[in-house]
Parts: sequence; C-alpha cells; structure tokens
Amino acid sequence: MDLVLFYFFAAVTLGSALVVVGQRHPTYSAFALIVTLCSLSAVFGLLGSPFIAVLQVVVYAGAIMVLFLFVLMLLNVKREEPGRVGGGVLKLVGGGLGAVLAAQMGAVLAAGSAAPPPAGFDGSTGHVARMLFSPAYLYVFEATSILILTALVGAVALAKGDR
Amino acid sequence: MSGADLAAPALLLSVGLFTVGAVGVFLRRNVITVFMCVELMLNAVNLAFVAFSRARGTIDGQVLVFFVLTVAAAEAAVGLAIIIAAQRNKDTLDLDAFNLMKW
Repeated sequence: MDLVLFYFFAAVTLGSALVVVGQRHPTYSAFALIVTLCSLSAVFGLLGSPFIAVLQVVVYAGAIMVLFLFVLMLLNVKREEPGRVGGGVLKLVGGGLGAVLAAQMGAVLAAGSAAPPPAGFDGSTGHVARMLFSPAYLYVFEATSILILTALVGAVALAKGDR
Repeated sequence: MSGADLAAPALLLSVGLFTVGAVGVFLRRNVITVFMCVELMLNAVNLAFVAFSRARGTIDGQVLVFFVLTVAAAEAAVGLAIIIAAQRNKDTLDLDAFNLMKW
C-alpha cells in the first residue's frame, strides 16, 4: 500500500516538476510548483518524517509560494516569448547536459546503497525537536534567527527603492 | 518498517527532481521561473536528506532539512526583493536583458 502511494506521489511530483519547467507562463509554473511541493510533502510523510511533511506544506506551499504569486501579480508578468538565436540548439545541449547529470548522480547513488536499514526509527516531532535544541544544533538554530532578521531587513531595503 | 524500503526509490526521485530543476535553470529565460527551478533543486536535496535519514536510522537529516527550509525562506524573500528592484531598473524580467556585468 505504501509502495503504491509512494509511486503515485512520485509520479505526480515529477510530472508537475516537468510542467514547471516546460510552461512558458510563470503563473502556471507557480501553480504547478505548488502541486509539486504538496505531493513531495506526501512523499516525506511516507518516508516517516511527519514533521518535515507538515513544514513543507506550511512553509513552502503556504508562505514561499504565496510570496512568489504575490510578486507575479505585482509585476504583471507576461508569457515568455520564444525565439532567441540558436534556441533549439541550446535546448538540445541543455537536455543533453541534464541527461549526463542524471546519469552521474544515479550512478553514484546506485553504487553506495547496501546497508540494511536499522530498526526502531523515531521521526516524530518531539524527537526532532529534542535533537534541534540539543547542544549539537542549538547555536545553528539561534544563528538562523539572525539570518531571518537580516533577510527581513534586506528584503525591505531592496524592495523599497531609493526615495 | 513502512518507509525503510522506500529510501532507494526516493533517492532516484530526488535525482530526477534535481535534474529537472537544473535543466529548467538553463532553459527558461524568465527570472521568476528560473528562481522557481532553484526551489525545485532545493526540494530535491531535502528529499535526499530525508531519504538518507530514513536509510541510516538517524534524525540528523531531518534537522538539516529544517535549516534548509529556513534558509530557503530567507532566500526567497531577498531574491524576490532583488527581482522587484531589477524590474524597476530594467522594466523587464528577461534574463538576457541583465548583462551589465557580462564581459
């Protein structure tokens, strides 16, 4: 049952990711990306990490994609026009390079997966939280709060323009 | 035990997703679409983290995904602000128009 669900959501994820790339209109790309992120969240859940699955929906599909769509509406983005010189050749080269990249990463991953998965995996939110606030990650966690504050100030300063 | 045997196919899905994102960065010319393709690649890496976390039976991968999510949120906010500023200066979102630093 899990396997069927996994392959279903994997197919939805890859298919909508292809739509994101293949679509000429950025708004349609954004909606396809929302589908990708939501089905990826289901994959995270199937892999035994409910905390990350919820975070994916709340942060990515909820916050980041709303920001994207807001900017798309604000700037009134048009369809991308076709026709750069040698566009067909570049597409072919890009596709070929992508195939090489996929083959290389696939070969690396296929070479190093032999160990049997250990039993007793606890991916619950409480376990993740105890790990997050343990001395190993506590300072990194506090550093991210400074990062977010900096990003907040930077985004306001950049988008305001000089007046 | 349910998710353990899913780790290997999840890694393959991660490879596919990353490749689609990388090809999109090369093929698309709208800045916002390219940015969305970068988000796609970040998600592929997140999936690899979760799959390895499941395969190895440790939780560290999920903690790293948490940090990647945080950095992605900050990156999206700043990146979209830069896109708004670029649109204000050039009046276009076509990547070919941004050639000020091109040799």
